[in-house]
Amino acid sequence: MSIRINQEKCIGCGRCEGVCPGTLICLEKKSDGTKKAKMLYLRDCWGCVSCVKECPRQAIEFFLGADIGGRGSTMTVTNEKDILHWNINKFDGTKTVIDVNRKNANKY
Amino acid sequence: MERRTVNTDVLIVGGGTAGCYAAITLSNNSDLKILIAEKANIKRSGCLAAGINAINAYIVKGRTPQDYVDYAEKDANGIVRHDLLLSAAENFNEVTHHVEKLGLVILKDENGDYVARGNRNIKINGENFKPILAKAVKNSKNVEVLNNVNITDLLVENNQVYGAVGFSIKENTAYTITAKKIIIATGGAAGIYKPNNPGFSRHKMWYSPFNTGAGYAMGIKAGAEMTSFEMRFVALRCKDTIAPTGTIAQGAGAKQINSKGFVYEDKYGITTSERVYGTVRENQLGNGPCYLKTSAIGEGNSQEFIAQKDEALLKAYLNMAPSQTLKWIESGKNPSAQDVEIEGTEPYVVGGHTASGYWVNTRRETTIKGLYAAGDVAGGCPQKYVTGALAEGKIAALDIVEKWTVQDDYGLTADLQDKSEKIVKNYEIALAGKPVNQQFDVEQLEEAMQKVMDSYAGGITVNYQFNEKQLALADEKLLQLQQLAINLRAKDLHELMFIYELKERLLVARALIAHLLSRKETRWHTFNENLDYPETDEKYFKYVNSIYEHGNFHIVLRDIVKEAAYEHQN
Repeated sequence: MSIRINQEKCIGCGRCEGVCPGTLICLEKKSDGTKKAKMLYLRDCWGCVSCVKECPRQAIEFFLGADIGGRGSTMTVTNEKDILHWNINKFDGTKTVIDVNRKNANKY
Repeated sequence: MERRTVNTDVLIVGGGTAGCYAAITLSNNSDLKILIAEKANIKRSGCLAAGINAINAYIVKGRTPQDYVDYAEKDANGIVRHDLLLSAAENFNEVTHHVEKLGLVILKDENGDYVARGNRNIKINGENFKPILAKAVKNSKNVEVLNNVNITDLLVENNQVYGAVGFSIKENTAYTITAKKIIIATGGAAGIYKPNNPGFSRHKMWYSPFNTGAGYAMGIKAGAEMTSFEMRFVALRCKDTIAPTGTIAQGAGAKQINSKGFVYEDKYGITTSERVYGTVRENQLGNGPCYLKTSAIGEGNSQEFIAQKDEALLKAYLNMAPSQTLKWIESGKNPSAQDVEIEGTEPYVVGGHTASGYWVNTRRETTIKGLYAAGDVAGGCPQKYVTGALAEGKIAALDIVEKWTVQDDYGLTADLQDKSEKIVKNYEIALAGKPVNQQFDVEQLEEAMQKVMDSYAGGITVNYQFNEKQLALADEKLLQLQQLAINLRAKDLHELMFIYELKERLLVARALIAHLLSRKETRWHTFNENLDYPETDEKYFKYVNSIYEHGNFHIVLRDIVKEAAYEHQN
């Protein structure tokens, strides 16, 4: 259970740093002067995906550790007004998208 | 370290659910200077980081606050404070309506009434519950927020609180904050016991791994009276993801079954502790694994109905515990096509679910004057959940406003200034000092503590059971770890926080042992399963309270409070 930050997609905006409830992400200055988000403590992630939802570039991928049954699928989130698109890239190459409208309550 | 002094009227330690709502209430009812000190960032910090998809403490149509008190009392086998439960329950609906006004989405029927889930619950979209509260705090003009400031100590003299001391984890700065009143809202304690997933996913636990018992530890050190730590909370959760099960059990009506398909919940009872106990017993008897029968969704229903139900469940979990949705999708099978395996979590100390925490009066003031407690850190009021945390933040805030009198200037006595300086010096020693025992680091000592608690104080490995000899052994080993922790050194401010979190957990663990040793009965299966005393004993129809004095926990057994109001006696 943790996140992986795609360094190519990261624009160094720092929004993830401000939402992690464990302060586990920091911005790191690279040798070329750019800033990139860095996950400081991989094993300390709670899996709340606050950073995944906050990232404007889908640079943060959420995954399940192998110890809890993870098989290599990853999850990102795209925000579009009230709609959250939850993109799941499965380990077998298939894709699933689940849309959740913030204005709709849970039915269960 | 740079030293910074900040003066405020009211300091709120911890900007989670209770802390934020206390700040909003104070701001709406006064012009006082309010400061929130939060070790992370209030936007998503605390228990609601991922969200929540139901409000589980609400007075639905046809029910009364007293019904709620009766339910919680029964579930906790009598060890509750009636005054605290009633005052929380009387506020559940009002705080819910307020948060709805702030932007929370709540499911309504065609008449505009909230849709109930069971007897005490309503359905919401609470994915952004915490950002909604944080935004309201930001819009409150007399509230300031210090994010990334970790408070470690309270400044108390003659049993009156005057301030708190902490450090920034981003800048090399120590803070001394003087305040006339303090509300402590730091949450409960996770990470004391070896968790369900001790490896890579060690923080994939139900309760927030960042709630380390800081508020309990501060209060214990300052001599505050604590109650009911021995009423541990063990949650029944989805295996691996440790996601909540209420949505499946209550929402989808899925029953608990063993591997033979037998519905065992009727056999053991349906209180919170009995549901976990039944699952543990079935495993011990060789009937595991146990499941929540979500496949019942598929039985005799149309494909369309099943697809709809499956989709609703996948979405419900995205708003609260997205790892469970990912797990369903990754497995290639929807909830209707496979039952969800369940297990008990490691024990937590958490006043939002059980009764562990500060001993408070009806207005949530602790036994230290000027110090209030709200949310999971406050005791005596189990099953208060999110709305209870909001209610307690509100009750504490209103008491402060009502009793406010113009007071002397801010200032600390020479003794308290010395104390503050000593605390900061200790930060500096940990940061700059030479390593003493280089072979030990925080992680190693944390694992050692979790192993001790797991093996000797009723963790998962021993089916949550213990005896007195084991508890005594646990305490001896915890003392050794406390000694080793003194010599820990940090390479940066983040590590300094880890050191203090470990020390907090060790102290809370020792308080827990003292409480477990003092309730010589088994009042709740699993939560307090004492093998030396396997039966309930009416002698212990009392609160087990403790006060830390000269390095020892002094235990007081107090009579059950049934009155509508309770005030501390000297």
